[in-house]
Amino acid sequence: MRCLPRYLFLAFLAGLYALAALSTAGAAPKAERFAPDASGFTLENGMRVVVIPDHRTPVVTHMVWYNVGAADEPEGKSGVAHFLEHLMFKGTPAHPDAAFSRIVAELGGQENAFTSQDYTAYYQRVARRHLPLVMGLEADRMVNLDLKEGVIAAEREVVLEERRSRTDNDPGSQLSEEMSAALYRSHPYGRPIIGWEHEIRALNRADAIDFYNTYYSPNNAILIVAGDTTADEVRALAERIYGKVKRRAEPGPRLRPAEPPQRAERRVTLVHERVEQASLQRQYDVPGENGTAGEAEAMDVLAELLGGGSTSRLYRKLVIEDQIATSVGAYYSGTALDNGEFGLYAVPRGDTPLSTLDDALDATLAALIDGGVDATELQRTKDKLVAEAVYAQDSQYLLTRAFGTALTTGRAIEDVQDWPQRISNVSAEAVIGVARKYLLRERSVTGILVPAGKKQAEKSDNRS
Amino acid sequence: MSISRHLAAALVAALAMVLAVLAPRPASATQIQRVVSPGGIEAWLVEEHSIPLISVQFSFLGGATQDPPGKEGLANMVSGLLDEGAGEYDSQAFQLRLQERAIRLSFDASRDNFSGNLKTLSRNLDEALGMLRLALSEPRFDSEAVERIRAQIQTGLRFKAQDPDEVAGKLWFDLAFSGHPYARPVEGTPETVAALQTADLKGYVARVLARGNLRIAVVGDIDAASLGARLDQVFGALPARADLSDVASTRVAAGPVRRIVDMDIPQTVIKFGLPGIPRKDPDFIPAFIVNHILGGGGFSSRLYAQVREKHGYAYSVYSGLYTLDHAPILYGAVATRNDKAADSLALIEAELARLAAGGPSAEELEAAKKFLTGSYALRFDSSGKIASELVGIQLEGLGIDYINRRNELIEQVTIEQVRAVAARLLGTGGLIAAIVGRPAGLEEIRPGG
Repeated sequence: MRCLPRYLFLAFLAGLYALAALSTAGAAPKAERFAPDASGFTLENGMRVVVIPDHRTPVVTHMVWYNVGAADEPEGKSGVAHFLEHLMFKGTPAHPDAAFSRIVAELGGQENAFTSQDYTAYYQRVARRHLPLVMGLEADRMVNLDLKEGVIAAEREVVLEERRSRTDNDPGSQLSEEMSAALYRSHPYGRPIIGWEHEIRALNRADAIDFYNTYYSPNNAILIVAGDTTADEVRALAERIYGKVKRRAEPGPRLRPAEPPQRAERRVTLVHERVEQASLQRQYDVPGENGTAGEAEAMDVLAELLGGGSTSRLYRKLVIEDQIATSVGAYYSGTALDNGEFGLYAVPRGDTPLSTLDDALDATLAALIDGGVDATELQRTKDKLVAEAVYAQDSQYLLTRAFGTALTTGRAIEDVQDWPQRISNVSAEAVIGVARKYLLRERSVTGILVPAGKKQAEKSDNRS
Repeated sequence: MSISRHLAAALVAALAMVLAVLAPRPASATQIQRVVSPGGIEAWLVEEHSIPLISVQFSFLGGATQDPPGKEGLANMVSGLLDEGAGEYDSQAFQLRLQERAIRLSFDASRDNFSGNLKTLSRNLDEALGMLRLALSEPRFDSEAVERIRAQIQTGLRFKAQDPDEVAGKLWFDLAFSGHPYARPVEGTPETVAALQTADLKGYVARVLARGNLRIAVVGDIDAASLGARLDQVFGALPARADLSDVASTRVAAGPVRRIVDMDIPQTVIKFGLPGIPRKDPDFIPAFIVNHILGGGGFSSRLYAQVREKHGYAYSVYSGLYTLDHAPILYGAVATRNDKAADSLALIEAELARLAAGGPSAEELEAAKKFLTGSYALRFDSSGKIASELVGIQLEGLGIDYINRRNELIEQVTIEQVRAVAARLLGTGGLIAAIVGRPAGLEEIRPGG
C-alpha cells in the first residue's frame, strides 16, 4: 500500500473522499450511529443549520455550504463556480479588499474554500469565542460581495495557474479529465470542476456576479458548526446573524441533463513524452446514493472488498499471486446528486502488457460474481468500513464535511448517522448483485497512460 | 498464540512508574503527562476518553541519513516492509490481523527520523500493540514481500522522475547540500534500490531501532498506569542503544545558484532556499515570525500578496523555516507559467531584499503575533495532531512545558529583534534555486558565478 503513483493516489484519495463523506459516516463495529449528537434545524429565511458538538478542545469549525457546484454552470461557462469561490475573498462594502482574510488571520483562524460538481463551501477554524465574528463575516459576503473590475484579471490568471498545477503539468490528470469527458456525454459531470482552459479565459465579472446572484442566498445555503458549542448556542447566534439575511434568489430544482444509456465500452489512450510508467484505470457509470435503496452501500462494500488495501481481492490476485501489478485499487464515489462512479486501477509490474491487467481485472470481477463472497470476508470488510467512522470522528473537519456533502447532495442528517447500520446490513447477495448489474464493460471507460516511443521498452527492464 | 492474552497477563503484574507533569491548561487545554515505564522507557501522554480510540506516534532519530553510501533508499524500503510480515505471520497473515481489527499501522522514513504511527480502537489496544512489537522486533523480510515492495518503490520512482515538483525538490537538496547525506534521495535511485539486500534491511533495523533514540507520544483512551506497563511490552525488546553513524553539521551552500532542468511543461516549478536558523538559536522565534510575514502566512504573507494577489503569477507560493537536525533551512516554492517564471523569481528576490533591508512593519509584527498565538490551539484539536506535535517537541528537545511557554516566547519578540533577524536571515548571499520547466528569460547561475 505504498508508493501509489501520484495521480492515481489522488484519484484514489478523491474516491476515498467521496467514500469518507459517506463513509465518514460510519461508526464502531457495533454499528453505532455516526456523530449521534449532531442535530439540525432551519431558519425562517430557509437556511438550514447542522450542529455537531465536540468539546475536546475550545475550537470550532464553521462552514457555509451552497447547493451549487460546477455541474450547475451555464453551458460554455465551465469554471465559473470555482472562479466565484476565489472571488468571494475580494471583499464587501463593510469589509473591503482582503479584510476578511486579514481579520480571520488576526483571530488566529484558518480558512479556506472548496468547490465540487455539486457544492461550494467556505470555512474557518477558530477559537470558540470568535464564532459570532466569523458568522458575521460569512453572512456579510453571502449577499454583499463587491467585485471591483480591477481584481478580475489577476484572479483569472491565478485560476489558470491552478489549472496548470493540477492538470496541464500532469499527464495522469490529463487522462482523468479525458476519461470523465468520455464517461459523460450529456451530463455536466463530464466537464472539469476547474473549467476548460478556453472557457476560463473568457470568464468575466458579469459571469461571476450572475452566478452569485442566482445561487448565493440563505435558502440555498447550509450552515454547519462542529466543535465546542451546543445546538442552543448556535441557534441563538444563527437566528441573530444569518437570520437577518434576506432571501434574494429562488434557484429552483437542480435538474441536470441526464445521461443516455451507454451501449459500448469506451477507451481513452494518452501517449505522452513525459510518461515513464504505464498504467490503467477504469471507471463505470453507476448510481449514486440517490439511486435504489441499498445499492450505494453494497458498492461501498464491493469497492473495499475488491480493492481496499493489501488484503483485497485485486491486491491478492494481481500483486501477490500473479505478480503482474505493483499497485491496484478500487473506489466507489457515490456522494453525488446524480450519477456515481465506480473505479478500478492497476499499475503493471515489470513489462507486463496493459492488456494483461485489463483481462485480470475482468477475471477477478468474474470470479467474485461466479464464486461469491464468504461470510468471513464479508464481515471483515464491513467491520473495517464501519470502524473507519470512529477514526473520522477524531477530526472536526471530516465530521463537518460528512454532513455538508450529504446535505448538498440530497441526503439528510439521519442518512449520515445511520450509514454504519446500513453497511452492517449489506448482504453477500447485494454485493454480487451490484457487481453483476453495474460493473459491465459497456458501462465503462478504460483509460491507459502510455510512454511515448520506445521509452517504455528501454526503461521497463526492471525485474518483475 | 494470542498476543493480547500474553500482554494482558503481564500487565496485571507490572507496576508502572508514572510521573505526571500536569500543566495548567494552555490555549489548547491539553494536559501532557510524562509516563516512564518500569523498564525506563518514556512516553508523553494526553488522555482523551471521549472517543474510543488511541493514537501512538513515535520516531527513532537517524532516518535516511543512516543509509550507507551506495545504499540510498534503505530506510525508506525498511519503512515499507515492517508491516509486511513479522514473527509467525507472513505478509498476508499480518495484514489480515490488522484489517480484522481495523488497526492502522504505518512507518515512514525522512532524512532525520524513522517514524511510526499506530491507530486503534481502544478495545483492540493490546492486539494492536502486540502487532507493533512484532513489526519492530521480529520483521521477517520474506523474499516475496521484499521483491514486491521493491517493485512498488521502483514504480514510484518512475512516476516521480517525470513529476516537476519531485524533480525540483531533489535538485534543490542536491544543490544546497552537495557531498552531505542530505543531498542523497530519501527514496534512493533505481540502481541503489535494485541493489538493496535482505541483509541491508536487517542491518538497518539492528542499528537504528533502539530505545535510546526513541521518542514516543500517545493520545487517547488510555491512562498513565496502563500505558506505562505496555511501553515495556512493545519497545522493551529493542536494544538499549542505537549504533548511528555520525552525520556532520552543515549549512546550505552559498548562493546565488540557479539550475534549470528542461521539461516540456506549460508551468515552471521553482524551489528556492537559503540557510535557516537553528532551533536552539535565540533568534529562532523571531526568524519564525519573519518567515510567517514573508511567505508562511496562508492568505496574508508578502509573497502571497505580491506574486498571487497583485500579479496573478501563481496559485501557490510560500516559504517555510525547517530545522533539519544537521542544517536549518529556509525553503520555499512557486509554480508559474513559463513566460512569467523570470518575473516571479524576480518578485520573490525583491521581497526578500526589501524585508532584509527594512524589516517587517510594526503592524505586520502585531498581526503575525496575533495569528501565531491565536492559531496554536488549532494544532491540538484531534488525537492524531496532538500526538505528532508531542513527538515533534521531543525531537527538538524543547521540554514538556514548551506548549505553555510557546505563545509567551512569541509575544516577547520586539520589532528590533525581527528587523535584525530579517537582515541576518534574508540579507546574506542569494537564493539557491532549482527550476524545472521551460522558463523564458531565466539564465543558470553556477556556484561562485
